[in-house]
Amino acid sequence: MFDYLKYVRKRNFPHIWCAGCGDGIVLKALIRAMAKLEISRDDAVMVSGIGCSSRTPGYVDINTLHTTHGRALAFATGVKMANPKLHVIVVTGDGDATAIGGNHYIHAARRNIDLTVLLYNNYIYGMTGGQVSPTTPKGDRASTAPYGNLEPSFNISGLAVAAGASFVARGDVYNVKKLDKLIVKAIENNGFSVVEILSPCPTAYGRRNRMANPIKLMEWLRDNTVSVAKYDKMTPEEREGKVPTGVIADIDKPEYTAEYQKLIDKLKVGK
Amino acid sequence: MVEEKNNIRMMQGNEACAHGAVAAGCRFFAGYPITPSSEIAERLSAILPSLGGRFIQMEDEIGAMGAVIGASLAGVKSMTATSGPGFSLKQENIGYACMAEVPCVIVDVQRGGPSTGMPTLPSQMDVQQARWGVHGDHGIIALTACSAQESFEQTVRAFNLAETYMTPVILLLDEIVGHSTEKVVIPDHEDIEIINRAQPGVPPSEYLPYSENERLVPVLAKFGTGYRYNVTGLCHDETGFPTNDSSKIGMLINRLSGKIEKHRHEIIEYKMTMMEDADIAVFAYGSVARSAKSAVERCREKGVRAGLFEPSVLWPFPYEVLLELAGHVKAFVVPEMNLGQMAREIELAVRCKAPVHRLNRVDGEPINPSQVYEAVMEVA
Repeated sequence: MFDYLKYVRKRNFPHIWCAGCGDGIVLKALIRAMAKLEISRDDAVMVSGIGCSSRTPGYVDINTLHTTHGRALAFATGVKMANPKLHVIVVTGDGDATAIGGNHYIHAARRNIDLTVLLYNNYIYGMTGGQVSPTTPKGDRASTAPYGNLEPSFNISGLAVAAGASFVARGDVYNVKKLDKLIVKAIENNGFSVVEILSPCPTAYGRRNRMANPIKLMEWLRDNTVSVAKYDKMTPEEREGKVPTGVIADIDKPEYTAEYQKLIDKLKVGK
Repeated sequence: MVEEKNNIRMMQGNEACAHGAVAAGCRFFAGYPITPSSEIAERLSAILPSLGGRFIQMEDEIGAMGAVIGASLAGVKSMTATSGPGFSLKQENIGYACMAEVPCVIVDVQRGGPSTGMPTLPSQMDVQQARWGVHGDHGIIALTACSAQESFEQTVRAFNLAETYMTPVILLLDEIVGHSTEKVVIPDHEDIEIINRAQPGVPPSEYLPYSENERLVPVLAKFGTGYRYNVTGLCHDETGFPTNDSSKIGMLINRLSGKIEKHRHEIIEYKMTMMEDADIAVFAYGSVARSAKSAVERCREKGVRAGLFEPSVLWPFPYEVLLELAGHVKAFVVPEMNLGQMAREIELAVRCKAPVHRLNRVDGEPINPSQVYEAVMEVA
């Protein structure tokens, strides 16, 4: 049996996440991926922002940095540039990365700096009590959208692809074996990698949208996620309400800190 | 002698700041373009990669401050530079650096405000923001400089103080100092005192990043050196993990201010010129101190006993020194390119023992020697 205890900080359990939350499922998938890739705990850094997902670092026994709201990618950029040998994993949420931190998200993607981003998408601001987020589906209710959300929701994986990320994938907390593979691939990619992970919040999102029972949210993930390959072949009518999961982009392009190292080496030779 | 001459260069205050940073061991800079500080970023974008360091122009001021903190935790001395509007944006993460006790240097080349204000004109309007721009109680160190030479030296000191006390240090220049080109003598490398942050002396199994100690200053291991710990902006205990224990929270918040207060006598520095027998003390800093010095000399020529008190550290503020001076002088004259931001502190310090006369200019024009001279003569 897989030994999770080697990678966790036992003293910090039980965790703060609500019953039925998917974030613990992501935590375990991440630990399995790190173990599979034999990443040394001393050489790994986890950086997070603010929100439910951003509390993940407290449970993982590596170098951990819990930063300010939306700024995890900026801090992580500094860590990676200062010591490119470190494996830098960023855990963030839909509000953290694509609302308050949207600027850092697109520019980190543009640079293609070698950071692995696990973007937990729970469709809501969970920690603050259920306010509408950039990914809350149109029409759904939130504490600040009591009449239903009027805004279109953000395709946050698509945003990362458009901004220049070299690896982008979408997974979910129901199809966990698939999620494991996506996280491994994301860490392996030498460049900016995003795994958007659907982890709907039963407490703050489900409760307001007739899915208070976590099993309902799991069933929703089971019934509405389809592989990217299958989705591509579907008609617009068939795509209605479906979410494609799997690898969305996997592109070979220069990584930023490697490019910077080339500059350093070139200037050294010139001396 | 030839060697000595090679160490003498003509450069802007901003350029001197960049060279001071490099001399202090800075190997990471993250910034965002803003007048009148951009030359610092421009110089470092050229110098740092040639020394194996790294420069990045971030997407915004907030991100630049975040990157600086991340790089510092990874063990590299780090700096950013900005001006008023950017300084406002950076406050969130400066507060993080205060809370998590991450050494770094923030240079603010002051221009006029509020808001976009006067991008190309000087002011000293950020001196209180340097103290209280961050929300919540915290300690802070802020230095100032009146010339390109001091810009170099104070940048070195800013890094040394940051590493000694594990805190962000703010260097307040003003547009005149930043953009004036003048002679700078760059000391030989071995003549520059360089302080590097302490590293743990215990094995990882016994390491507590924020453990209480006599100095009140934590010992933070560089990321990637085998000490796996947590850093957070939440109130935390000695382990670095968040806590709701009120006794631990109280200890932390008291210590964040206390570590600066405890060492205030080692941090505070000032220069006194002709103060021994002075009746009137002119308190001036930054470029204004140079006008003040010239004015004080003219006053002396006229037989008026004026002296200059020039703080090179604004925060922590030398309250006790000024209280002592208030027993000897008839009055203070405080010329500032703001509406009396430091004059308020002097009033607080001297407890009505001597009047404090303000000379303020907020129109983007420098305070010239004649203005200071006239202000002193009026009081004399």
